[in-house]
Amino acid sequence: MMHNLTIAEQIIGLKNRDFSSLELTQHYLDRINDSELNAFISITKEHAINQAKLADSILAKGNATKLTGIPYAHKDIFCTKGIKTSAGSKMLDSFISPYDATLSEKLNSENMVMLGKTNMDEFAMGSSNENPYYGAVKNPWDINRVPGGSSGGSAAAVAARITPFATGTDTGGSIRQPASLCGITGIKPTYGRISRYGMIAYASSLDQAGPLTLSAEDAAIILNAMAGFDERDSTSANKSVPDYTKNLSKSLSGLKIGLPKEYFSEGLDKGVEKVIMKAINDYEAMGAEIIEVSLPNSMNAIPAYYIVAPCECSSNLSRFDGVRYGYRCEDPKDLNDLYMRSRSEGFGDEVKRRIMIGAYALSAGYYDAYYLKAQKVRQLISEDFKKAFKEVDVIMGPVSPTPAFELGSIKDSVSMYLADIYTLSVNLAGLPGMSIPAGFSDSLPVGLQLIGNHWSEELLLNVAHQFQLNTDWHHSSPVD
Amino acid sequence: MTWETVIGLEIHSQLKTKSKIFSGASTAFGASANSQACAVDLGYPGVLPVLNKEAVNMALSFGLAVNAKINKHSIFARKNYFYPDLPKGYQISQFELPIVGQGEIEIPLDDGQNKMVGITRAHLEEDAGKSIHDLYDDFTAIDLNRAGTPLLEIVSEPDMRSAKEAVAYAKKIHALVQYIGICDGNMQEGSFRCDANVSIRKKGDELGTRAELKNINSFKFLEKAINLEVERQIDILEDSGSIVQETRLYDSDKNETRSMRSKEEANDYRYFPDPDLLPVLIDDELLVQIKNSLPELPTEKKIRFIDDFGLSEYDAENLTVQKDIADYFESMIAKGADVKLSANWVMGDLAASLNKNQIEIQDSPISAIELYELITKISDNTISGKIAKDVFKSMWEGKGSVEEIIENQGLKQMTDIDALEGIIDEVVNNNTLQVQQFKDGNSKLLGFFVGQVMKATNGKANPKQVNKILNDKLS
Repeated sequence: MMHNLTIAEQIIGLKNRDFSSLELTQHYLDRINDSELNAFISITKEHAINQAKLADSILAKGNATKLTGIPYAHKDIFCTKGIKTSAGSKMLDSFISPYDATLSEKLNSENMVMLGKTNMDEFAMGSSNENPYYGAVKNPWDINRVPGGSSGGSAAAVAARITPFATGTDTGGSIRQPASLCGITGIKPTYGRISRYGMIAYASSLDQAGPLTLSAEDAAIILNAMAGFDERDSTSANKSVPDYTKNLSKSLSGLKIGLPKEYFSEGLDKGVEKVIMKAINDYEAMGAEIIEVSLPNSMNAIPAYYIVAPCECSSNLSRFDGVRYGYRCEDPKDLNDLYMRSRSEGFGDEVKRRIMIGAYALSAGYYDAYYLKAQKVRQLISEDFKKAFKEVDVIMGPVSPTPAFELGSIKDSVSMYLADIYTLSVNLAGLPGMSIPAGFSDSLPVGLQLIGNHWSEELLLNVAHQFQLNTDWHHSSPVD
Repeated sequence: MTWETVIGLEIHSQLKTKSKIFSGASTAFGASANSQACAVDLGYPGVLPVLNKEAVNMALSFGLAVNAKINKHSIFARKNYFYPDLPKGYQISQFELPIVGQGEIEIPLDDGQNKMVGITRAHLEEDAGKSIHDLYDDFTAIDLNRAGTPLLEIVSEPDMRSAKEAVAYAKKIHALVQYIGICDGNMQEGSFRCDANVSIRKKGDELGTRAELKNINSFKFLEKAINLEVERQIDILEDSGSIVQETRLYDSDKNETRSMRSKEEANDYRYFPDPDLLPVLIDDELLVQIKNSLPELPTEKKIRFIDDFGLSEYDAENLTVQKDIADYFESMIAKGADVKLSANWVMGDLAASLNKNQIEIQDSPISAIELYELITKISDNTISGKIAKDVFKSMWEGKGSVEEIIENQGLKQMTDIDALEGIIDEVVNNNTLQVQQFKDGNSKLLGFFVGQVMKATNGKANPKQVNKILNDKLS
């Protein structure tokens, strides 16, 4: 079946005319239609069919790019011109973007086919995708469980093979954690690798886009199309992009893998730990050397993150005021009423909670104690990694302390925040991180996290690909 | 009791960049509402700011012109508050590390002395849009064309001691930003706006509590608003009251200030570094490049005018206040015009006519060359200074060139000495009483005789000659 093919295989299929882009697109649209995962906020059927027809004509003329005609699902945080872009929020339920995000432009320029916009935690704030406005996304491995978040719709859609790949964003683990919980591959590149222009901001200094795919090879192919400097994003790096597919087959002999002892302490589910240790053993068998490292400040990542991210979001989300676009309350009495009710009614609880935390932490008299202190912790976390990368090439560990949990099972926010413990520090340090399927615990997928030094995506993809050459976990599918 | 007034100014100077400070939209004034605001200016979801290098260079020009410390590492911060004409809910500004640090500028005082006024800092920021409250009955209209226009906020030390000093400082900054070509200085269009921090104290005391005056859009209003505020504060303190720290709005129609918000009602702006923008790093090479491209500054020009042209300090100061005035004056001198005559005419009749008609010197109906031609007619005795004033008036009204006007109106000075002597004899003979009084010692009467002669010659006699002949005949 076409939906079990990787992108690498679909590219060949399109080239050899085994199937057309329209056939491929229609196949996925049918699968989306039959899906009960609630992975999509918008299905852009007509748009997709038109793009597929255009792609087929370009393929026929022979002037196609590598990805021409490949379908994908776009996280609903990326602006798409003329198409609803909601960020998973009632606030933007009526918002039709007047412009394309740089990433949307890039994928369009390859004549790829957008199937729809995926569900997500509101404004990317969350780890479970139990979205109060568009409804919860279900994990294809067990529909009573969460897919993870915030790119949960994207991860569930890829895992259920209702799209060959999906875009995601990762501010504190939002690509890696759902990839882990859904048993697929996801990479968050180095901060600055992919343009943030047109990606609705949650926490600007942490947000980074990346692909969710079925394999490391696919991730490399897609990252080639996504990465690169953008003059519209001052924080994007003016740095050349290597061909990420080039070094996938390099041997791992002599690779130094660091295991942070802090990642294997209390709180880590035994089943998850077993899967991770087995994967480490596999790497050892491939010729890698395993070295224990220490990231002593990693446990401070949660408090630091939950200051920095809310501070930035409290400001980033101020533009949603009911004045120019988006949700506006009915019959505002005066300006204050317009602001208060539009924002109270338009935002969900978690978003409001983070805005309030951030506004509080930035207010006069608290700034030094919270924001500045969190920035200092952030510096310490970066230095921990810097030290570790003097000794090792890659750091490995769990992505999430547990496999997918049941929908509605985590009720208080702090417990939910703890689910991000292994992923947050990577964003705080601006490093690339990846999750690859490494096995199962109680029939639920478990992801292995790979963390690299700045700009080491090529190495991470190589390390991930070699594992996938030696294991079959990435072929495990919740569907036929 | 004598009170000392303490004033500091915050000047918002709109930079003359082609595009906005963080977007590619045009900054031109007067376009139809909301036609010059792109997705970035409108604060659409997902958009990001990109710093305009031209704005940075302009800020550096200013910093170098006031001998300021340039911060080679400066950062942008977000100033958070909600207002409908502030699309993002925050203004991108500079808070902790402004691009321009401590500097200074010399201002002229009434007594002819000069005074140094400290500049605390100057920082880059984006302007907000405009709220228009009087367009609709039930709504406020928002025009976001101005949103994102680059501003340089220039903050002075509390060094001014009177409204006059504050105006002198504001004029000096106003002239400087135009000199170095970073601001058009148009106060009517809001390109140059002053806020004044005013407090009073007894001499030698600590600084008093200040009030910030806003909405001042001319130098005249600046002086009025400060004087009003000083009076208000004196009244309160002399009535055993105390000053409340607050922002007060100046109403030029009613010539009053009224409270806008007190310190307690002031926003907590929750400043923090803008994560969308990298720190601004300035290297020495750029500074040298900008320094070399700076034009001659007012103070340098003034010294040169004194040294090269022999002008008085007062004349040199007035002629260099505006670059366009200095340029006008210099093009006259370059043609060979008499320095003192040129200075007097530029600062006298020309300035008065421009002022009366509210015309800038660059738009003057009489060009520097034309004024030079007029002055040469005085120098070579073709016409008298008095007649020249009439010729000037006709030139202003567009009645022709200097030559044509003199010719057509028969204004040429009398050069026929015999004829002049005849007229003078007649005047002397017709006024025997005054002649006697003059001879008895009332020397003031000479003016009377000169006047009579000028009247009889329709002003065309050369006053010097008249004087000489009269003195001969009456002695």
